[in-house]
Amino acid sequence: MNQVPVLEVRHVSKQFPGVLANDDINFSLNKGEIHAILGENGAGKSTLLNIIYGLYKADQGEILVDGQPIELSNTQDAIRHGIGMVHQHFMLVPVFTVTENIVLGSEVTRNGMLNMKEARQKVTELSKRFGLEVDPDALIEEIPVGVQQRVEILKALYRDAKILFLDEPTAVLTPQEVGDLFKVIEQLRERGVSIIFISHKLKEVLAISDKITVMRRGKVVGSTTPREANERILAEMMVGRDVILTVDKEPARPAEKVLEVKDLTVFSDQKHKAVDHVSFDIRAGEILGIAGVQGNGQSEFVEALSGLRDAAEGEMILNGQRMPFKHPRALVEHAVSHVPEDRQKHGLVLSYSLIDNMVLCTYYQPPFAKGFNRQNDAMRENAERLIKQFDVRTPNADVKASTLSGGNQQKVIVARELSRPVKLLIVNQPTRGLDVGSIEYIHSQIVKIRDEGAAVLLVSAELDEIMSLSDRISVMYHGELVATMDVKEATREKLGLLMAGVTPD
Amino acid sequence: MASEPETKKTDFWRALWRSIGVPLGAIVLALLIGAVILLISGANPLLAYSALFQGAFGGASQISRTLEKATPLIFNGLAISLAFKAGMFNIGAQGQLVFGAIIAAFIGFAVKGLPWFVHAPLALICGAIAGALYGSIPGMLKAFTGASEVITTIMLNYVALNMTDWLVGGPWQDKTTEILLPRTPEILETARLDQGRLITSGLIFVILSLYLALMVYLFVKSHKKIRMAGKTTREFFTANLGSLLVALIPVILVGLYLLDLLQVGFLIAVGGAFFIWWLLERTTLGFEIRTVGANSNAARYAGINVALIMILTMVISGLLAGLGGAVETTGVDGRFEPAFNVGLGFDGITISLLGKTHPLGNIPAAILIGSMKAGSNTMQFEAGVPKEIVDVVQALMLFFVAADMIVRYVLRIKGKEEKVSLTSGWGQH
Repeated sequence: MNQVPVLEVRHVSKQFPGVLANDDINFSLNKGEIHAILGENGAGKSTLLNIIYGLYKADQGEILVDGQPIELSNTQDAIRHGIGMVHQHFMLVPVFTVTENIVLGSEVTRNGMLNMKEARQKVTELSKRFGLEVDPDALIEEIPVGVQQRVEILKALYRDAKILFLDEPTAVLTPQEVGDLFKVIEQLRERGVSIIFISHKLKEVLAISDKITVMRRGKVVGSTTPREANERILAEMMVGRDVILTVDKEPARPAEKVLEVKDLTVFSDQKHKAVDHVSFDIRAGEILGIAGVQGNGQSEFVEALSGLRDAAEGEMILNGQRMPFKHPRALVEHAVSHVPEDRQKHGLVLSYSLIDNMVLCTYYQPPFAKGFNRQNDAMRENAERLIKQFDVRTPNADVKASTLSGGNQQKVIVARELSRPVKLLIVNQPTRGLDVGSIEYIHSQIVKIRDEGAAVLLVSAELDEIMSLSDRISVMYHGELVATMDVKEATREKLGLLMAGVTPD
Repeated sequence: MASEPETKKTDFWRALWRSIGVPLGAIVLALLIGAVILLISGANPLLAYSALFQGAFGGASQISRTLEKATPLIFNGLAISLAFKAGMFNIGAQGQLVFGAIIAAFIGFAVKGLPWFVHAPLALICGAIAGALYGSIPGMLKAFTGASEVITTIMLNYVALNMTDWLVGGPWQDKTTEILLPRTPEILETARLDQGRLITSGLIFVILSLYLALMVYLFVKSHKKIRMAGKTTREFFTANLGSLLVALIPVILVGLYLLDLLQVGFLIAVGGAFFIWWLLERTTLGFEIRTVGANSNAARYAGINVALIMILTMVISGLLAGLGGAVETTGVDGRFEPAFNVGLGFDGITISLLGKTHPLGNIPAAILIGSMKAGSNTMQFEAGVPKEIVDVVQALMLFFVAADMIVRYVLRIKGKEEKVSLTSGWGQH
């Protein structure tokens, strides 16, 4: 039987300034199917979801529900077509009850007055029908996160959702709650609800889905089923098997030890142990690459080493000197440069000119300041020189950083961080979302600073990037460095297995 | 190359229009709607507005009164603008001002036997410090506990109000009159700002001469440099017209002072505005303040101590507000009486927004609001219009500056310019 898919996406493309977020996406969802979309952050999953949910408008392509093309100009349209979304960050009012939250926006009324009794009854009925146990009178702020998520799902079902999007639903849950969620998802499938499940966690995707579509760099790279795939295959698909980038570099000539980290333990914002007793060292003139699937503690790891986050345990020794944690300026003054993961959050002040952004960390040092007085001429000269040297495409040094494309914004950060003496360079996801030209340029700069004798710590979820740049590779899994090897010993298969948590004995 | 100065010039006007178009539009719209309200209430708006203008600028004493009214407003506008730059909303300027005013009064009446050139500055400094200390409280609460400064400053305003009420009704009450009023005794002559006018005039005259000599020296020096670079004197003048005009402002002000049109307080206020402008634009501390306001995450990344900067900003903000209160006490009122200072701190919000939170923008904005305050009595007297209409117009101005989309639409001001981040931190904690 040739079934008509409940949802079909045809040739959808979406361009953001500097990034092709979705590139000719084709995708279909059958009735009663749990379909996982797998991909790294920045692979374009959320963009696709937001297009189908009516939050973004696609530049090209069409979306069909039950075989009929639909017009989506806002989320109300999507809801009308039976599409429901459970956001990663819940959209609930903490001081309202479960019932109030579920009916909010489409309240049950009688003669223009709220009819909470009937609403409550409807909610109870709904939760029974789908086997989603909730107390309709509990306050949201008093129930656990897993139950809050159930309320979000009920909210969508209350609006007659036949297609449910779950955006990283397990990110906020404990393992126990994940098990409960999976039971709920299966019950929904039995009742004919079709589900799109977004994740970058391989195990979960294999455990729950009927079909898996993998996205990478804005493209669908393939579809498979849990029966045909395993974690290694998925990891490879996610991080890419096609070597599109080769970097010309000489073999490393490691010299003296620059950075030594002992027993580093860091907690995440949710007070989970994100980095678990990690020890390693880097020598001058080598690049240590940290590979790993996103969300295995890399962000917290880099934040601790770059002074943005406190470490619970451990020490960081730089050129034989113990460094304080949570003190970014001490690091700057000890010749540590940092290209942060999120260039718009940490790396730049978007409303500032390039002149100011180019001295963001050194604004108080001569020649940019004499005592209290900032020296405009020196800062301008600095910015103009760096713009030229690092080939930043900008009309002049006075424009705001927000007007530049992503690639040029990243070049501004790289230029700034490499413009002062560097003994240790920490780079996290240096090329995420960039075009090929910018990627090549930034890669060549990283190699260049290594050849000039700096130690480089490169963290990336792109296996290609790790393999083409690093001299040594460590794999991070669940907050631990599970293995370290020379780049010559590293193969894709080996790394893929390690990234999936399979340790060879 | 030849056309470059011209494009620069049109760029300049366009940028100017973009930056002051909205406040100007807001003022005009507010006056128009005010006129409609006047019409509805049966008054002649033209008559009312011309009386208002007469009362504010009609003569030497009127101008003097307008500038006197503008003085504390400049300080409060500055206090609020500075906090905005660091991403904070200092609604507590009122409380900081009140403390500054009462402490200045206390120094003024309680400390005896000092010569005027020690006593008056001492009163000002103590008032400023009182405001600074009071401002540091919400700063520390915000920096260490994340408590919204909007809430804490509002509450601290009440604390200030009640504390001063108690002081003027109790320990610091004026006991010299038969009927006891809730106010402090009058400050000593030596604490009054305009004491020794002759001597200060002479002093200012000397400083002014030195200033002019310095300007001429700098002028000749850069002129020489320009001539060596092969440009004509004429080009030099057109290129530096702006800075020449700015350099003349102090001369004009001092001239007005010598003609007895304005008070020392106003000079201090304008000096304060230039100082804050210099602080924000030219110093590393200013850069730190602006960075914390623009992107606190990037500020942390840059190694800036965000908590310290927040506290410091609130301290300086409180210092400005306190100084405003102290100037008002020592320059105008001569004593502290709660009713004198009502609402000045809140007017600061209007002024800061009308001035687009630019330190120098506060000066014209404060003069505008000051003129409305100064002229409202004349308007009431001559046009028979209740002077509260001035408050309505002022509220409308604030409304239109805040709802700038309306003004933009009416005036067709293109392009999104930098929005003041008034709401950073709201509801995020």
